[in-house]
Amino acid sequence: MSQTPVLALRGIFKRFGAVQVLSGVDLEVHAGEVVALVGDNGAGKSTLVKTIAGVHPIDEGRIEWEGRPVGISRPQDSQSLGVATVYQDLALCDNLDVVANLFLGRELKKGGVLDEVAMEKRAKDLLSTLSIRIPSVRIPVAALSGGQRQVVAIARALVGDPKIVILDEPTAALGVEQTAQVLDLVERLREQGLGTILISHNMADVKAVADTVAVLRLGRNNGTFPVATTTHEEIIAAITGATDNAVTRRKARTTEATQ
Amino acid sequence: MSTTPEATGQAPVPEPRTPDTAAPAAGAVPAVDPRLLVREKGFKGYAEEFVRRLRSGEIGSLPVVVGLIVIGVVFQLLTGNFITSYNLDQITLYATGPGIMAVGIVFVLLLGEIDLAVGSVAGLAGSVWGVFATDLPDSVAILLGIFSGALLGAFHGVVFAKIGVPAFVVTLAGFLGWAGLQTWVMGERSTIPTPIGSFVGDLTKYYFSDVAAAYGLAVVVVAAFYLAQALDSGRRKAAGLPYRPQSEMLLRTGVLAVLVLVAAYGFNQEKGLPLSLVIFLAILLVTDFVLRRTTYGRQVFAVGGGIEAARRAGINVDWIRISVFTISGTLGAVGGLFLASATGGADRSLGGGNQLMMCIAAAVIGGTSLFGGRGKVWSALLGILVLQSIVQGLNQLNLQSNAIQYMITGAVLLIAVIIDSVSRRTQKSAGRA
Repeated sequence: MSQTPVLALRGIFKRFGAVQVLSGVDLEVHAGEVVALVGDNGAGKSTLVKTIAGVHPIDEGRIEWEGRPVGISRPQDSQSLGVATVYQDLALCDNLDVVANLFLGRELKKGGVLDEVAMEKRAKDLLSTLSIRIPSVRIPVAALSGGQRQVVAIARALVGDPKIVILDEPTAALGVEQTAQVLDLVERLREQGLGTILISHNMADVKAVADTVAVLRLGRNNGTFPVATTTHEEIIAAITGATDNAVTRRKARTTEATQ
Repeated sequence: MSTTPEATGQAPVPEPRTPDTAAPAAGAVPAVDPRLLVREKGFKGYAEEFVRRLRSGEIGSLPVVVGLIVIGVVFQLLTGNFITSYNLDQITLYATGPGIMAVGIVFVLLLGEIDLAVGSVAGLAGSVWGVFATDLPDSVAILLGIFSGALLGAFHGVVFAKIGVPAFVVTLAGFLGWAGLQTWVMGERSTIPTPIGSFVGDLTKYYFSDVAAAYGLAVVVVAAFYLAQALDSGRRKAAGLPYRPQSEMLLRTGVLAVLVLVAAYGFNQEKGLPLSLVIFLAILLVTDFVLRRTTYGRQVFAVGGGIEAARRAGINVDWIRISVFTISGTLGAVGGLFLASATGGADRSLGGGNQLMMCIAAAVIGGTSLFGGRGKVWSALLGILVLQSIVQGLNQLNLQSNAIQYMITGAVLLIAVIIDSVSRRTQKSAGRA
């Protein structure tokens, strides 16, 4: 794992009207690291992710990209840095085929005309490097199952060669088999050296693929744990606040210091 | 595959692919899933693929082709001389105006919206041209007429996209409002005859009487059709992608060749190749290219398939909406000039009556979905052929009264929408919509 995180958030504050949604949140994502972002509903996970994606500009704090401070105020800023976000509602066009969906908004062209052959070839290459299997890249997305749509949505995020991929509850609506496929895919993202932020409520998924778990509670950091040495119960305790005391806070500090 | 060109709309000619409606339980082993259907080579493969597509509700242009055959047979039996070159010429004469308007409707339907004002816009454009044609040069009057249509279309688009008024309501207001404006523009006159020597008169009256024109165009079209496929197929083969086999290309080209050569022969039996048909085909080719081969066309389909997805992909949804309504208004105005040409000049009632319904019905009958995101411009051609054939047949049976024509047009539209709805439902249950 590299020393300088690809993306680092330092002391992020975000307020919506009277609600202080994020208070001094820190988060670091390294290349080839899967960071699971967990917390109860209303903990601020989605808001934090949206500040990275440029949907909600931050009020206070610093965003560092490969060590340099950057400003993200629009979705385009985030995309041009190399952040790709897969939202929970996948936002695919049902009537378009897989290739068209993958390249929607950044079609390959030759002499001003869509280059279908090049797009189809790149789509096939991309899907095969991710070991994604789809009946055909030329069938409408409507014909795909939920798991296949999820992997297409993730593959779509990768078309722009991002460095950080944000997955918002990628397995929430999936069956056992499809969940396994998506988790496989997350592991392949790590193998390719991408940093991944995974939002999930499912502790089994988190334990299965994440390297680090960052817990948010009521808009604040409530501990960052290495998955390998942390038990299920410790994470749950951090999410619910059952151990929100001096001991855990100290532990969180020491874990951060050792990284 | 809704965007696949099937210009002929005749043969079951899908490209080779391996579709399946079931979700393959993919492990990490990159091997071919045994449940995927791979089409067999040869004609047995085509037939199987065709039946499978029908079952899953992908009927495409099949209903309209069947409809055309039924209409031809029924009227031939009733009148004894329906399938004649004279009728071919007459149908073309009156089909081009509404057909061009229907192309604009296809664009709007692809967004999942509707343009109820296209008839009134056509009428207004006709009257704008008529009023100015008496004083100004012909070309200026024509441009003013077309520009008025573009302007009104853009107005519909802006009110719809920027203010958020449903397109249905905006264009319904336009339907009434522009018809009123048309009467106002015409003033005291109820008709303005086409000035002698005006290009608008030529639109439906000029024929390339040389036999070589019709046959030449037919040969060029067939050759271009084959060449485009062969080039595409070659590139796909070189890139290691599935490609259309030679047999399939020849089959498609053969079907098209028979159709266009028979049509060319028919036109040559009468006055020759009509200019109106050449313009209509040019408009179809250009719009088809724009929709299938350019980023803009892709964006139109994307907005029709999912607004949120389109927006997240960075597509300017408002701009797409405004531009599509502008295209619809512009093509409506062009169609209006053809209507004026066919009826002998600008008229207070031009574009009124069942003209609007004919255009919308043509687009839907031809296979463009009312629900957005699926369709092609060729459906305008096929649909208007069906409708105008019915009108021509009824005329021959001396049933010219609006009563019968309205009822039949209404029934055909309803049948088309029912087919659209049922096919959509079948596609859903087959996991394809």
